Amino acid sequence: MNRDDKGLGAGGSELGVRDSRAEGRRRVVGQVDNLSYGTTNTAFPHHPHPDQLRTIGLHKSYRKGQVVVPVLRGVDVEVRQGEFMAIVGQSGCGKSTLLHLLGTLDAPDQGEIYYDGERIDNLPAVRRDFLRNNRFGMIFQFYHLLPELNTLENVLAPMMIRHGVLSYLGKRGKYHQRAKELLDLVGLGHRLKHRPRELSGGEMQRAAIARALIAEPQLLLADEPTGNLDTATGVEIIRILRDLNRQRNLTIVMVTHDRSIAEQADRIVRLAEGRIAE
Amino acid sequence: MYKLLLCWRYLCTRYIALASIISVTLGVATMIVVNSVMQGFTGEMQNRIRGVVSDLVFESRSLEGMPDFDWHAGKIREVAGERIEALSPTVVVPAMLNFQYGDNWFTRQVDLVGIDQQSQSDVSDFGRYLQHPENRRAMSFDLRENGYDVRDHQTTEESPERKQLSRAGWEHRREKARIMEFQRQYNGVQAARESAPPAHPFAAHPIEKERENVFDPAKEQHTGVVLGIAMTGYRTSDGEDRFLAMPGDDVKLTFPTVGQPPKAVSDNFTIVDFYECKMSEYDSKFVFMPIRKLQELRGMIDPTSGVGRINAIQIKLKPGADGIAVREDLQNAFSAELYAVSTWRDKQGALLAAVDLETRILNLLLFLIIAVAGFGILAIFYMIVVEKTRDIGILKSLGASSRGVMGIFLSYGLLLGLVGSGAGMVIGLLIVHYINQIADFIGWMTGQPVFDPSIYYFYKIPAVVLPWTVFWIVVGALAIAVSASILPARRAARLHPVEALRYE
Repeated sequence: MNRDDKGLGAGGSELGVRDSRAEGRRRVVGQVDNLSYGTTNTAFPHHPHPDQLRTIGLHKSYRKGQVVVPVLRGVDVEVRQGEFMAIVGQSGCGKSTLLHLLGTLDAPDQGEIYYDGERIDNLPAVRRDFLRNNRFGMIFQFYHLLPELNTLENVLAPMMIRHGVLSYLGKRGKYHQRAKELLDLVGLGHRLKHRPRELSGGEMQRAAIARALIAEPQLLLADEPTGNLDTATGVEIIRILRDLNRQRNLTIVMVTHDRSIAEQADRIVRLAEGRIAE
Repeated sequence: MYKLLLCWRYLCTRYIALASIISVTLGVATMIVVNSVMQGFTGEMQNRIRGVVSDLVFESRSLEGMPDFDWHAGKIREVAGERIEALSPTVVVPAMLNFQYGDNWFTRQVDLVGIDQQSQSDVSDFGRYLQHPENRRAMSFDLRENGYDVRDHQTTEESPERKQLSRAGWEHRREKARIMEFQRQYNGVQAARESAPPAHPFAAHPIEKERENVFDPAKEQHTGVVLGIAMTGYRTSDGEDRFLAMPGDDVKLTFPTVGQPPKAVSDNFTIVDFYECKMSEYDSKFVFMPIRKLQELRGMIDPTSGVGRINAIQIKLKPGADGIAVREDLQNAFSAELYAVSTWRDKQGALLAAVDLETRILNLLLFLIIAVAGFGILAIFYMIVVEKTRDIGILKSLGASSRGVMGIFLSYGLLLGLVGSGAGMVIGLLIVHYINQIADFIGWMTGQPVFDPSIYYFYKIPAVVLPWTVFWIVVGALAIAVSASILPARRAARLHPVEALRYE
């Protein structure tokens, strides 16, 4: 509850206000969502852990007919709290696969993934759904907005998924307020009722960022967020991510093939032939 | 929450799915109409059968009948007295009816039923179907002055008037007697002119004196009989009834006496009323007369004791009594060689069973039609799941569970089923409500009347909506719609989020 009340409730306007990163970190990490998931407290306790996300020897291969194509061959990577990290690499080197694994959308063939010191790659489906809904925000190259919903509804989608009808309707006003603030933040406050197909690529990506932020995630996973945008718009999107990272202390893992985009990050990790080549 | 919102949006944007539900709509509507009309027919028919036949009929197998009503009634009451409300003796005998219209004589084969007018109304709804309001209140075999119903009292709808009946009764009888008297005199004058003048100028006097004792049709009636309304008339294609003989007219009845060998006896009777239970079989078959007179004419009265033989006893059961159980008890108590006991259902068993069977088969066929519609829903749902593959991946990446995704498509199926069967229910009920107008319209369009009142002896198609039937039809359609969406929903739930996200 406290998360909903204080977290982003005041969050929109908080963006430039918060001055102490340490204090911010404590607040974000220390607040445990006890709205819909009672066991959270024991499953993901607060450890002051330097590595928010860590992988050990990730292997993943795809089967194409009879041929097994290895994509990841032992990836070890650490993401520190509050860090903006870019993973670069050529097309097909497994960047997106790595990101899907980090986001628990897929399970590795081998290896382990730790989030805040807890292993998450072998969790039951319901716990992974919870993580994706509460802890991770994801944005994609192709925006992936739901075509049947308007901008505002798309942003609200994670909250609708989290709550049943009655509890959602009870908190509707608050969530609407928060979604509008987020859309203002990404510069889309004037297009609340538009359907995705009426928006430009840059606008869709902004909506997708707002959607990724509505659940107050601790980690943002971005899969080629500028891959489909022209350079100016791409720069604009990266600037938004950059600000989020700086002002909200949001950990961001971004995958891109574009070096100039990756340059904006705190740290660049290169992925080649299924391994980290730093 | 997202499930509701999404399946609502899918419903509003995907018209192809609505097209797939049309067959469910039509199936539901047809089932409601068929069941209502069948129920209406059955109900009407049961009412009509019950108008003539009491709950139970205790019959002697021979035409000679049983000698003593009181003794049999006593024994029947002994066996099942606590379940019996009333008894009425009857004599049923095959007979030939003759009536005259103009110079032509018409002959009908009928069942002549001698009834006890006091107790008959206790055992069946007989009185309710008569055409004179007074007779409906208290039945009498005396001809009424006038006032027979011109408009059918059993229908509230507009039905063609029976204009002829406005003259029926003594009015008609006197008028007819006057004409016949006139004709007789005219013929007499003609005959007198042609033949030689009477030898004695006062020869007419003794004849007129003699006629004082002769039956005067203008003032007297024969024994009253009640005829089925379809017996002497016909119905025009407009549904108007015309009568060749009506209350006030005389008829002749010929029937066998008891004893060996039977002799045919014949007598004159006066029609005092028409009987209309609207079951054409009965309306054109039964003639009712006072039981005592029939017993006399057939020689059924024991000359020494004055007790008349009868050949059937009508039994009315107390409300809630089980007719079949009473039938079994009575049949066991009496010799099966001499007596037959049957319920009113047994009497029309074949007809009722046929209607029942028809209803069941129609229901089965229509339900199969809805089931076929289910496969249409299945196919279209599969298409929608394929089309929505990427959305499913998005939802999962936002934390939606597999069950949640499955829920979207199941509730979509339920929603479609609700829309389809709801629309079907409304259409079906509307059709039932306006069924006669629709039948008229189709008849007018095709030039071929859909419902011919001259065959069915009711003016409109009867339809009775049973709420539970409607409920089960709608529930069945919903179940089919939901189960058709189970497979596609499972497929959607099992989609791998990464595969789904990559899907273009």
